[in-house]
Amino acid sequence: MNTPNTEWPLWEVFVRSRAGLDHKHCGSLHAADPQMAIQMARDVYTRRQEGASVWVVRSDQIVANDPGDKDMYFDPAEDKVYRHPTFFKLPSEVDQM
Amino acid sequence: MYTQSMDTEGPEKARPVSTLEEAELQQRFDARIDGGDFIEAKDWMPENYRKTLLRQISQHAHSEIVGMLPEGNWIGRAPTLKRKAILLAKVQDEGGHGLYLYAAAETLGTSRDQMVDALHSGRAKYSSIFNYPTLSWADIGTIGWLVDGAAIMNQVPICRCSYAPYARAMIRICREESFHQRQGFDSLLVMMRDGTDAQRAMVQDAVNRWWWPCLMMFGPPDDQSPNSAQGMRWGIKRVSNDTLRQKFVDATVDQAKVLGVTLPDPDLRWNEATQHWDFGAIDWDEFWQVVKGDGPLNRERLAARVQAWDDGAWVREAALAHAAKQQVKKEAA
Repeated sequence: MNTPNTEWPLWEVFVRSRAGLDHKHCGSLHAADPQMAIQMARDVYTRRQEGASVWVVRSDQIVANDPGDKDMYFDPAEDKVYRHPTFFKLPSEVDQM
Repeated sequence: MYTQSMDTEGPEKARPVSTLEEAELQQRFDARIDGGDFIEAKDWMPENYRKTLLRQISQHAHSEIVGMLPEGNWIGRAPTLKRKAILLAKVQDEGGHGLYLYAAAETLGTSRDQMVDALHSGRAKYSSIFNYPTLSWADIGTIGWLVDGAAIMNQVPICRCSYAPYARAMIRICREESFHQRQGFDSLLVMMRDGTDAQRAMVQDAVNRWWWPCLMMFGPPDDQSPNSAQGMRWGIKRVSNDTLRQKFVDATVDQAKVLGVTLPDPDLRWNEATQHWDFGAIDWDEFWQVVKGDGPLNRERLAARVQAWDDGAWVREAALAHAAKQQVKKEAA
């Protein structure tokens, strides 16, 4: 039985489904090195031509906000309704603007 | 099902909340579940929710991986190149499904090695269905049609599971699983329509052997499924065992007619009042015997997995050593 420190590192997989679209996170996998990660990402996540491009990144390299602070973190945008075009009522003649 | 853990193992005991803060977190969690919200990996969750999910997702993952064995058994003996290519693709899918699910389970804070160890030491279970043997080529088509058909019935509702990483993995799996069922039916149909009498008899024999174990996949009857209520409350389980089983029987009866096989149940009859097919009594003693480790192939399946893992140890080590060497080279350059 392997001890946990011999486990292959974890990678996050991002796939662009076709040219013109964003890469989208689609899952994770274990691989020993970047080349293996890319190859396994193809085998695990694009068996049915789901991808035109694949990114992998070591999971421990991802920086994220603290989900516990979610409300506080995203709140400041909530009361700025004027950031949306629908906030402005214009005369009907020019409302297609 | 692939996810029998809720019924075949004891419940996770709820730990009493100890602090005011925890009570508040619990309240917020309950409200999110009630509101149909998804829970993400880094969100706060009650310990027994985490443990129940971990057990269910890892059992599901183990089932996909062990499920490669009965079918892998026939890759080298598939009757044509076409069927061989299809079977290879299907078995590769099962491996992929196992990997999606292990990845989802790891987000709950356990390592892949810990899960593999739990399986290999017999602490973790996998679906009872994979402890039955694949004796003829018709078993492969029957597994696709019936076993994967039952799996789809069970898995579609899990796409709405409250734990988002699990739900996302299930959406991917369900998208691919339909191919599994259709290729199985297609393979049987060819034998029933264009085959010899011996081939038709082989299909009927496979259906006879797989039918009852497939009905057992849905788990014990609702009145003997004490953990279901908590699973429903948490949005982990969406539809009851008996409801899913009935749905499966109802869907399968018509398919069997098209195929031209008989389902091996003399009590199977249409019930005008309920608008469902009534079916005979399931041998639950057999189910529990298989779950507890005494099915036809429990020992062989586990031994095959352990051997594959042990035989691959040098590959895992070599890959890590290679990666470390490349890293040193890159840093020196």
